[in-house]
Amino acid sequence: MRRRLAISLLLPLALGGCTAAAPDAPVFHADANPATLSEWGLLSVDRGHLVPVAGNVTYAVNAPLFTDYAHKLRTVHVPEAASVRDDGSLDYPVGTIISKTFYYPGEGAKVRKTADANSGAIELASHRLIETRIMVLREAGWDPVSYVWHDDQSEATLKRTGAVVPLSLDGDDFAYVVPNENQCAGCHATNATTGELHPLGATAPQFSDRGKMVVEGVMRPGVFTAVANYLDEDLPLDTRARAYLEGNCAHCHNPVGPADTSGLDLSLSATSDLVLGTCKPPIAAGSGTGGHLFSVVPGDPDRSIMPYRMASTNPGAMMPELGRSLVDEAGVALIRDWISAMEGDCDS
Amino acid sequence: MRSIILLSTALVLVACSGAAAPETDTAYQDQLQLALLDAKPGDVITIPAGTHSLDRGLSLAADGVTIRGAGMGKSVLSFKGQIAGAEGLIVTGDDVVLEDFAVEDTIGDAIKINDTTGVTIRRVRTEWTGEAKTENGAYGLYPVQTTDVLIDGAVAIGASDAGIYVGQSKNVVVRNSRAERNVAGIEIENTQDADVYDNVATDNTGGILVFNMPDLSQPGGRVRIFSNEVYANDRKNFGHPGTPVASIPAGSGVVINSHDDVEVFDNDIRDNRTANIIISSVYSSNFGDSSFSDSFDPYPDRIYFHGNRLSGGGDKPDGLELKAAKTMVFGMNGRFPHVLWDGYARGDADMQICIQDEGADVFNADLANESKNMRVDNAPHDCELPRLGEVTLGSAQMSDALD
Repeated sequence: MRRRLAISLLLPLALGGCTAAAPDAPVFHADANPATLSEWGLLSVDRGHLVPVAGNVTYAVNAPLFTDYAHKLRTVHVPEAASVRDDGSLDYPVGTIISKTFYYPGEGAKVRKTADANSGAIELASHRLIETRIMVLREAGWDPVSYVWHDDQSEATLKRTGAVVPLSLDGDDFAYVVPNENQCAGCHATNATTGELHPLGATAPQFSDRGKMVVEGVMRPGVFTAVANYLDEDLPLDTRARAYLEGNCAHCHNPVGPADTSGLDLSLSATSDLVLGTCKPPIAAGSGTGGHLFSVVPGDPDRSIMPYRMASTNPGAMMPELGRSLVDEAGVALIRDWISAMEGDCDS
Repeated sequence: MRSIILLSTALVLVACSGAAAPETDTAYQDQLQLALLDAKPGDVITIPAGTHSLDRGLSLAADGVTIRGAGMGKSVLSFKGQIAGAEGLIVTGDDVVLEDFAVEDTIGDAIKINDTTGVTIRRVRTEWTGEAKTENGAYGLYPVQTTDVLIDGAVAIGASDAGIYVGQSKNVVVRNSRAERNVAGIEIENTQDADVYDNVATDNTGGILVFNMPDLSQPGGRVRIFSNEVYANDRKNFGHPGTPVASIPAGSGVVINSHDDVEVFDNDIRDNRTANIIISSVYSSNFGDSSFSDSFDPYPDRIYFHGNRLSGGGDKPDGLELKAAKTMVFGMNGRFPHVLWDGYARGDADMQICIQDEGADVFNADLANESKNMRVDNAPHDCELPRLGEVTLGSAQMSDALD
């Protein structure tokens, strides 16, 4: 009798889990964050692939943030097209939902380092899903939400405090760190005084295919200067390096950002060599100096703090402080080349 | 019986083998971080007694929150196995109170407060346990770009930069605190209106530092250092090469660098082996060659020492150049006077570096002139300045706490 009771209790629960159909369109949760990712109606599984639900538009960015070689599937859902502000950011309407799914080629904890092809769908059998981050624009502003994928890749669960996911990338073990809710603001609150969050990738200058975004009704046409694709080796070195710094550093290192305490401004709007680090002493770098006196010594990357911190994996020394456990080898090489090509020195 | 003894021996061995990081209490880590995420103004988050091993940095973004432990020796957050986060705890919310707990062995800074208004840090300890070493994190208590800061009864030990560091802030009180075995004990940098009093700084490389660095959000101004004990700050400099404090000679008591309007009075400053007092410009730091904008003022102006009790020190200066200078001017068994000035001056302008302490001779190292005319010269420093005013803290609650 007791046994039957238990079974009959379990059965409806199990059925409930299976039969609650995932929404077939994006769902704006105006107040609270649902416990599971599927309740947002952003992504679904179709014939062995994770694909965007209709009503979400996939996009790629020109100057992506390095995240331990993870590939990223990005989607945006808008209730109506956003207009372009003067600075190129988009004036999204309330109800906008942006998602970014972090994943790797590979299986289980064994993943591989390959170039991100910005695919619009993820074959589940050959890929490991890690987390999906959401930015949702509510009445009071942007809220960040993080979901961590289950091992069976069937669902992702809300994880406000972040998580550590042990992975092995081409045989090298590392700890992939899912940020906690506050740490989202570490990058997305680019003005440390207001602390307001906003999207970093889903902006007009960052969209790699602006035409698609207009046609799909994500944004209205507008005037702005695009960020360069720093991987494009046909572009001048300075353009590529500045785009890399904009995409990977300027969310904190801008004139009003959390790292304005350092006096280093790595945004595209920076114009003087000094604020970009040339012959600039560190302020509070601690072990981040690597024994060097200046952020950038023209012509001498080996004596420059900037590439030292980019090449460090010590959380007390590395830059960026958050969002990576590994070194972006290509990024370090780009910044080293940029510094090598500079003329001048720091000897007075 | 025998097996019980064996078991307890094994436990003791495990507990004492300092190298391995203890296992992270992930359940508590999640619980504490979740409480910080959920915190609303007026909430008190308690840290129970015990040592809690964490491996990721904590963050508090909410305003008006108190984090309270059971005592700086009882409620300990240990980050010995930290794998992520540039600090143990970062606070970006306004009107926050941190009290009665300790943060140990973070991989970067211990507690950072960034761009907020209103923070009280009471009876909090930050410490890197074991030998003071370069691998330790940079700062213990680290409010930066904050307004209305009260640090009261804190203890800061083992930082590879500064134990208590207040940078680019306004309206600051640091008192009743103790800084030891750091490179810099207490450092006030690019800060406007700070009172530093009733503290003890000992066994650091430098005791209390007042620094102004180029091209930051604001220059420093109006700092009072009084009623502190600053003694035997003779520890070998273990700062990271390249950092500003790495150029501090071991045995520095109170150091004023490129800062204007500093009043230092009624302190006990003694037995600091390079000099009890050092007054210098950025030119004699390791950043003399750096580029800085024309708006930066590299000279210390209107510095007023009076009523300090000075004794001992100056007998074993750090570094070859200082040793040679001491021997040349004062002989093998001589000692530097209490005040060491690098001699960089703005042309013939009087920078008003006024020294009225009894028995305080001023040694001009004449670095601006390749030390060609090193000399004891008190006459230019025989002056007085108007006293600086008391710092008041913005919120009523914090002002009350000051009384």
